[in-house]
Amino acid sequence: MNADFEELYQQVILDHSKRPRNFGTLEGPAVHVDGDNPSCGDEIHLHVRFGTEGQVEDLRFTGVGCAISQASASLMTLKLKGKSKQEARELLEAFTDVVTLGEHEAPKMLGDLRLLSGVRKFPQRVKCAMLAWRAFEQAMQEASTGPVSTEKSAPHCS
Amino acid sequence: MSDPKSHRPSLESYRSEFPILHQTVNGAPLVYFDNAATTQKPRAVIDALVHYYEHDNANVHRGIHLLSNRATDAFEAARAKVAGYLNAAAPSEIVFTRGTTEAINLVANAWGNANLKPGDVILLTEMEHHSNLVPWQQAAQRTGAQLRFIPLTDSGTLDLSQLDRLLTPEVKLLSFTHISNFLGTINPASLLCARARAVGATSVVDAAQSAGHMQVDVQAIGCDFLAFSGHKMCAPTGIGVLYGRASILEQTPPWQGGGEMILSVRYESSTYKQAPSRFEAGTPNIAGAIGLGAAIDYIEAIGRDALQEHDQALALDAYARIGALPGYRVVGPTGDRGGLVSFVHESVHPHDLTSYCDQKGLALRGGHHCNQPLMRKLGFPSTSRASFYLYNTTAEVDRMIEILAEAHRFFS
Repeated sequence: MNADFEELYQQVILDHSKRPRNFGTLEGPAVHVDGDNPSCGDEIHLHVRFGTEGQVEDLRFTGVGCAISQASASLMTLKLKGKSKQEARELLEAFTDVVTLGEHEAPKMLGDLRLLSGVRKFPQRVKCAMLAWRAFEQAMQEASTGPVSTEKSAPHCS
Repeated sequence: MSDPKSHRPSLESYRSEFPILHQTVNGAPLVYFDNAATTQKPRAVIDALVHYYEHDNANVHRGIHLLSNRATDAFEAARAKVAGYLNAAAPSEIVFTRGTTEAINLVANAWGNANLKPGDVILLTEMEHHSNLVPWQQAAQRTGAQLRFIPLTDSGTLDLSQLDRLLTPEVKLLSFTHISNFLGTINPASLLCARARAVGATSVVDAAQSAGHMQVDVQAIGCDFLAFSGHKMCAPTGIGVLYGRASILEQTPPWQGGGEMILSVRYESSTYKQAPSRFEAGTPNIAGAIGLGAAIDYIEAIGRDALQEHDQALALDAYARIGALPGYRVVGPTGDRGGLVSFVHESVHPHDLTSYCDQKGLALRGGHHCNQPLMRKLGFPSTSRASFYLYNTTAEVDRMIEILAEAHRFFS
């Protein structure tokens, strides 16, 4: 088996894809974003409750998808919960850089999310890793500007 | 050239004529099972393209010089070859397009705009590829016609018991796929066209998955239009065919306007050529048509009955063996089917599975196969698909079964 492939599909990733954390919906007011990847049918429904300062108080997701997209969403919710607006934005940017550019070492602050850095060796799978994060990016936008509910703004990733 | 075990013809000797197959992918010998998406090209087709560009390249139908005449002769010879391949009544019934999608769009626009009106019904099936669905949705929006769908049985065949209810006099057009690119179902084309004719409806056959795999005789089928793509049958991409019955083609207005399709042009108006030129605005894909002609020669030398028998045998073998693997389930009807098998694993997503297979040199398709409405109805977000062609072997199916069993262990 190719080492790059084994590196990407490590036990942590497989575990998160089979038993995703924070899987479900949030009661009460929350920003709700639906994201999909039309080329493969992967879907995410992300609920985020932001505090008055834009901090991420809680977030949950449901959806269907491949191991990469599910594990990325699960790890993302663990990492972002409780983070300030600024911290959440930095994590979003750091993760995006790691999986889309991949020119540098993944920063330590990403924790287990660094396991997904191997996805850059599989270009057609980058959109799987990014699906949940694109949805979170849109949730942040909606939290600051109000809902953007046109179809065009849905975070399609193909 | 026959396999003593099964007494069916072996096409293995043709394999050496496909240069691309002799390579390793991710360190393993390539097993190419994505033929329903596009097939590989034999040396004979590649040589025909090279020969055209090295010796005959010129624009067609207009030059008064030798190269233009040679290019025109080769292009029209390809049209005649396609006509023979489909048993069309005349080469003038063959319109070259970019592929199946453009051919169906041509009918939906040119024929649809002239013939559909509010209250009319376009009858499709629930197993159509997006290319035989979206153009009709657009035609319905333009003309006020409505869409209606022939449903499927639980086994994945068309529910023909619904035809009496669905084929009412309001139906002006029936368009259906000959072989489903997802289920592998072979639809009863001549029966469906006869039923359409009985209520005065025009019929369209999407032959994308059948034209390179089995006998396709437009007169025996009795269709009014039939569309297919060259690249799914050994020819280059970017060339396809619309067959149109002469009596209907002659009454259909043009779609795209431009050079090649006109008789005379004034500033305010133009008059148009007869079919098929009327439907071929602009410089056509000359090399592509010549490549398609070479592909037809290649396929005819093998014989379409032998080809169908070969593809179907591999598909039935794969269908039975994948279905017997722990964790896997196959999709679509048993028995008579096209040369492809779609399947799902109980817990592994098709994209993970297809990535795994790619690591082992096995090229499958994973996704929705441009069948989103049907996949949604059946409850699959996506599936994996193995599709076969003349150069594939039983040993390759053996290898796929090994890899799928390994993937089951890897992900469990």
